[in-house]
Amino acid sequence: MSVLLQQLANGVIQGALIALIALGYTMVYGIIQLINFAHGEVFMVASYGGLATFTLLPDDLKKTPAVALPLMFVGGIAVAVLVAVVMERFAYRPLRGSSRLAPLITALGVSVFLQEAVRVWYPDATSNLPYPKVFPEGNLSLGAVNIPWTGVLLIVLSVGLSIILQTYINKSRMGRAMRATAQDPDTAKLMGVNPDRVIVLTFVFGAVLAGVAGVMFGGYLNNINIDMGFQNGIFAFTAAVLGGVGSIRGAVVGAFIIGLIKTLSGQYMPGGTQYDYVWIFVVLILVLVFRPQGLFGEPERVRA
Amino acid sequence: MRKHSVKSAAIVGSALLVLAACGSNKDEAGGNNGGSCDTSKGTLTVGVVAPLSGNLSALGLGIKQSAELAVDEANKKCTVPGYKLTVSAQDDEANPAKGAQAATKLSTDPNVVGVVGTLNSSVAQTVQPILQEKKIVQVSPANTSPTLTRGAEFQTAPKRQYDNYFRVCTTDDLQGPFAANYLVEKAGKKKIAIITDGKTYGEGLAAELQKQVTKKGGEIVGAEKVGEKDTDFSGVIAKIKGLNPEAVYYGGEYPVAGPLSKQMKDAGLDVPLMGGDGIFDGKFVELGGKEGDLATSVGAPTESLATAKSFVEAYKAKFGKEDYAAYGAFSYDSANVIIGALAKTVEGGAWDESKREAMLTNVAAYSASGATGEVKFDEYGDSTNKVLTVYQVTSSAWKDVQTGEFTG
Repeated sequence: MSVLLQQLANGVIQGALIALIALGYTMVYGIIQLINFAHGEVFMVASYGGLATFTLLPDDLKKTPAVALPLMFVGGIAVAVLVAVVMERFAYRPLRGSSRLAPLITALGVSVFLQEAVRVWYPDATSNLPYPKVFPEGNLSLGAVNIPWTGVLLIVLSVGLSIILQTYINKSRMGRAMRATAQDPDTAKLMGVNPDRVIVLTFVFGAVLAGVAGVMFGGYLNNINIDMGFQNGIFAFTAAVLGGVGSIRGAVVGAFIIGLIKTLSGQYMPGGTQYDYVWIFVVLILVLVFRPQGLFGEPERVRA
Repeated sequence: MRKHSVKSAAIVGSALLVLAACGSNKDEAGGNNGGSCDTSKGTLTVGVVAPLSGNLSALGLGIKQSAELAVDEANKKCTVPGYKLTVSAQDDEANPAKGAQAATKLSTDPNVVGVVGTLNSSVAQTVQPILQEKKIVQVSPANTSPTLTRGAEFQTAPKRQYDNYFRVCTTDDLQGPFAANYLVEKAGKKKIAIITDGKTYGEGLAAELQKQVTKKGGEIVGAEKVGEKDTDFSGVIAKIKGLNPEAVYYGGEYPVAGPLSKQMKDAGLDVPLMGGDGIFDGKFVELGGKEGDLATSVGAPTESLATAKSFVEAYKAKFGKEDYAAYGAFSYDSANVIIGALAKTVEGGAWDESKREAMLTNVAAYSASGATGEVKFDEYGDSTNKVLTVYQVTSSAWKDVQTGEFTG
C-alpha cells in the first residue's frame, strides 16, 4: 500500500513538471496551429539560465537561498522569454501564412540550434551539470510516503500557475483577444485585435511557465543536461495531444495522466521500469483511436 | 597604379613563400639538431576513437590526451625511426553508429597504423569489424565486455572474435564477480538489488555480478532497468525500496549513477550504490554520488603504481591538470603498444598498408612494463593483467579499499 501511495506521489510530481511545459505547447497550437517543437528547448535553456544566474551571484548571496532562489527564477524566466520572443520574431513570424509544414520544420531546426548552442557555448555543458543546492532540502513525510519539498513546490507552482492562466484567459481583456484570435484571426483583426501582439504574448506565457519548470527541474533532480528539453518536450507534447491539443485543462490533465502511467506501469506492469514509456504511448494510441480530438478536445474546447 | 599594386603583391607573396619555406626547413633542421629524429619517411597516424563530447567526455578526453602524450614521447625519443607520429582523434559520442563512422574514416587512411579505443563496449562492437576489414590493429583501453574477445559463450566455449582486437584492461566476467565478493563477503550485504541501463556494458557486468552473488549465498531481491537519458528515477527507487535491499548495484555509467545515488538517498533508501569502472570518475561524486558508494575499476590505483608515476608526472607537465580520468594510464599503454609494435614492424623498412598484417603479429607478441603494470596479451587478445580495485567514496573522493585479482 505504501509503495502504491509513494508511486502515486512520484507520478503527480512528474505530471506537475510535464504540465508546466505542456501548457506552452497547447497555447501556441491553439493560436497559430503550430506544434512548436522548440518549446522543450526553451525549458532546457531556462534551466541553464537559472544556473548561470546563480553562478554570477556574489558569494554571500549564494549562501542566502531566500535571495538566490527567486533570482534564479527571474534569471531562468528572463532567458526563456527572451529566447521565445526572438524565436517567434525571426523563425516563425516570417513564415506566417506559408504552408503549415514550413514552420513545423523550422521548429525542429530551432530545437537543434538551441541544443547545440548551449552545448557549444555554455561552459562544460558537454556533460551533466550539478544544480546549486539552494532549494529546500528534505522530505514532507505523510506516513510511509516521502515527498521531497522541491516536489511539493513543483506541484503547488504547476497547479497554481495553470489556474491563474486559465482564469486570465477566460476573464481578462487580453485573454478574450487571445480566444478571438484562436477562433478566427481575420475577424479578430477586424475587431481591433492586434494578432502580432497576441501571438507574442502567447509565446511569452509559454516561456514563463517553461522557465519555472526549467529551474524547478534542476532543483528537484539536482542535475541538468542538454537532452532534458527533448525528452521532457516529447512527454509534454504527448500530454497536450492526450488532453486535446489547444485545451489548457486538457494539457494539465494529460500531463498528470502521463506522470501516473509512467510510475504505476513501472511498478505493476510486466517488464517493469524498462517498459514504462511503452505504456504511455499505448494509452495515447488508445485515446486517439477512440477520441481523436483528445480528452478535452473540440466539443468543450477552451482554446487559448 | 593597379598594375603596380599587383606587382608588389606578387613580390610580397613570393617573399612570404620563400620565408615559409625557410621556416619549414629550419624546423626540420632544428628537429634534427636538437638530439631528435629523422622524419624523412613521412608521418604516420595513430587513431583514437572515444567520446570527446557528450556525457562521457571526461573519460574520452582522458583517453585522447593520454594517447597524445604517448605519441609525443615517442616522437621525442625517435621510437619509430624515419617517421613522425600524429594522433587523429575521432569523436564517437558514446554512440555505436557514430563509432562506425569514425572507424570508417580512419580505415580509409593508409597511414593509420593502429587505433586506440573505444571507451564503450557497445561502440567497440561496431568498430571491430570495420577495422578488421582493413587489418588495422585496435587496442582498447577500456572495453570490459568479455564477448568482444571471446564471443557470446565466453565461459564455456571461448573463441577469438577479431584477430585485430586487443585490450589492456581486464574484463567484466572478472570485474562483476570481484565486486560480488566484496559486497557479500567484505561488506556483508546479502540482499542486493540490481539496476541496469540496457547497454552491452552494464547488462553484461550485472549478469556476472548476479551469478557470483548467488554463489556466495547472497540474494538478488530485484532487477530493474532505467533509460540512459532518464533523469527522474523516483519510480524505480520506490519499487526497489519496497524490496528492502542492503545495497544497490548499478550496471552503467556515472551520468545516471550519480543522480540515481542522490535520489535514492533523498527518497529514504540510504544504502550504498555500487557500480563498475563506468561510474569510477570524479564526476560521479559531483553529480550526487554519496559517501560510502562503491565502485570497482580495472587495474591497481594509478597513483599507487610505481610504473604509473612517470606517466602521471609527464601528463601533468603536458596538460597542466591530472584529468587523465579512469582510463588515462590504460590509454597511454594502448598507444605504446601500437608504437612499440610499429617500431618493430617498420624496422629498416618503410610503412605501407601491407605491413598491417605484421602489426597484428607484433602486437600479439608485445610485452612490456607499462603505466598499468605488465602489458601483454593472451590468445584471445585479452590483457594478462587481471588486477582489479574496489574504491569507495570517502570525503567526496574515490579512495581505494581493496586491490587484487579475482580468485573465485
